[in-house]
Amino acid sequence: MTEAAASTTPAPATDHGKRFLVAWIVASVIATPLVAIFLGDHLPPGNGSAQAHEQVFDNSWLLAIMTPPGLFVVMFLGYALWTFRNRGTVGALEDGPPIRGNARIQTLWMVITSAIVLFLAGFGSYELVQSGAGGGQGPTAAFQPAGYQKALDVQVIGQQWEFTYRYPTYGGIETPHLVLPAGTLVRLHVTSLDAIHSFWAYGLGVKADANPGVDNIVYVHTKDPMQFDIRCAELCGLWHGYMFDTGHVVASGRFTSWIKQQQSYFAPVSKYLPPYSTTYLPDPSQRAG
Amino acid sequence: MRGGLAAKVAGVAAVVAVAGILIGFYISGYLVGNTTPFRPAAQTTSGKTSVNLVLQTVAAVGPTKAPHPDWVSYLVRRPNGQWERSTIYTLPAHALVHVTIYNFDGASGLRNPFLGQPQGLVGKEVVDGKPIDAFPPDQPSHTFAVPEMGILVPVAPVSEAGEDSPKACGYAPCALSMAHRTITFTFRTGKPGRYRWQCFVPCAAGFEYGFGGPMQSVGYMDGFLNVV
Ligand SMILES: [Cu+2]
Ligand SMILES: [Cu+2]
Repeated sequence: MTEAAASTTPAPATDHGKRFLVAWIVASVIATPLVAIFLGDHLPPGNGSAQAHEQVFDNSWLLAIMTPPGLFVVMFLGYALWTFRNRGTVGALEDGPPIRGNARIQTLWMVITSAIVLFLAGFGSYELVQSGAGGGQGPTAAFQPAGYQKALDVQVIGQQWEFTYRYPTYGGIETPHLVLPAGTLVRLHVTSLDAIHSFWAYGLGVKADANPGVDNIVYVHTKDPMQFDIRCAELCGLWHGYMFDTGHVVASGRFTSWIKQQQSYFAPVSKYLPPYSTTYLPDPSQRAG
Repeated sequence: MRGGLAAKVAGVAAVVAVAGILIGFYISGYLVGNTTPFRPAAQTTSGKTSVNLVLQTVAAVGPTKAPHPDWVSYLVRRPNGQWERSTIYTLPAHALVHVTIYNFDGASGLRNPFLGQPQGLVGKEVVDGKPIDAFPPDQPSHTFAVPEMGILVPVAPVSEAGEDSPKACGYAPCALSMAHRTITFTFRTGKPGRYRWQCFVPCAAGFEYGFGGPMQSVGYMDGFLNVV
């Protein structure tokens, strides 16, 4: 069929484009704030730390922004399926008029998607600069949260297949348990003694690679006492899947007594520990003989 | 034509499925090291359940305990006195487990000195009759560690003199007349579950960082405690 012939066909009775657009805009205006308000608080990783809370805020924004495009796809599909369904009339299996491009729609499409992507890039960068967003920042953390000079240093040591922890301000005591005081800015120093691990404290919104010979710094500001899951998030060998643990945020009084208890329990081995260091290159690296 | 294509697709699918199953068997067989679970007999006296578990650690598992004769390994003693290469132990829940490890292997040392202190035991770790609080990091041959239960037991090494003497045991099974150390300890099992245990000492000779091969294989330096 030629274009001239197509243009002579009578105009459709209903303007599907306009009808769909109105329905979509109405649905978006209603659904977007509902999603942000009611779903936002239930998004991962929860409210366990300032960083986790920031991530929930970010996730709420992302979900809200993707609500209109998501609705567009689902509604378009639904509208097309319903409106243009085969009603069983003779000759219904006929091709529609060909589409020869639409400069307005194409321009709009590019402008809108570019705007969304650029906004998200700016938004994400801004959020990252605030405090590092709970991610590992390497040995020289570029994004230091306010009051970082007074942060409590805690070292996370990955090894096949367990995390252990050192507290340099408490005599460099090492323990297999991660306990943090509530309402405290903590500077985690994540490192490894062997393979590459990844320290993932889900409830705290913290995830940082544990590389041998690297001091990977993460800031996390704890809130109320809680339990959180710890997992290794980097395939690291046979027991990678068993490299999990439960960490605790406790009231500061309990933290002090816990540290004392650990110091006395692990006193026998403390004389054999190397001096606290941001990284370790341990011997033996290979079995002799 | 149509039927030919369908047959071709079915043929390819069948080959892929069979290959996948074989690869799966190979990997799982490698990981579990063709080891069979061992269930020590439980004794109950005045309502308290306990079991004895007798293990030996050897520098090489030997040709009779194939498929990796030169791999370092744990072995378990069966009731008939035979040493079997098994690292999967079925244990009763909420029971005391009295473990004896005869170690015929020399020192390798720990990458993390922190793991030189026995943890999570009922009473102390005893080596040749002497209680031990912590080992220097260059000492342990192996560890018996169950991280989820908070249990860690470093295994004391045979001395250098013992390793060089004619009584040194090269490969399993090693008789108690050969040079060895005797490590005993007791731990309590908790609720039922499947707990992995492992060695933390990079004891795998000939592997990078001493942590390949037997250190990555159930049936050698890794295993499970099936608490039932
Ligand atoms: Cu790991
Ligand atoms: Cu070992």
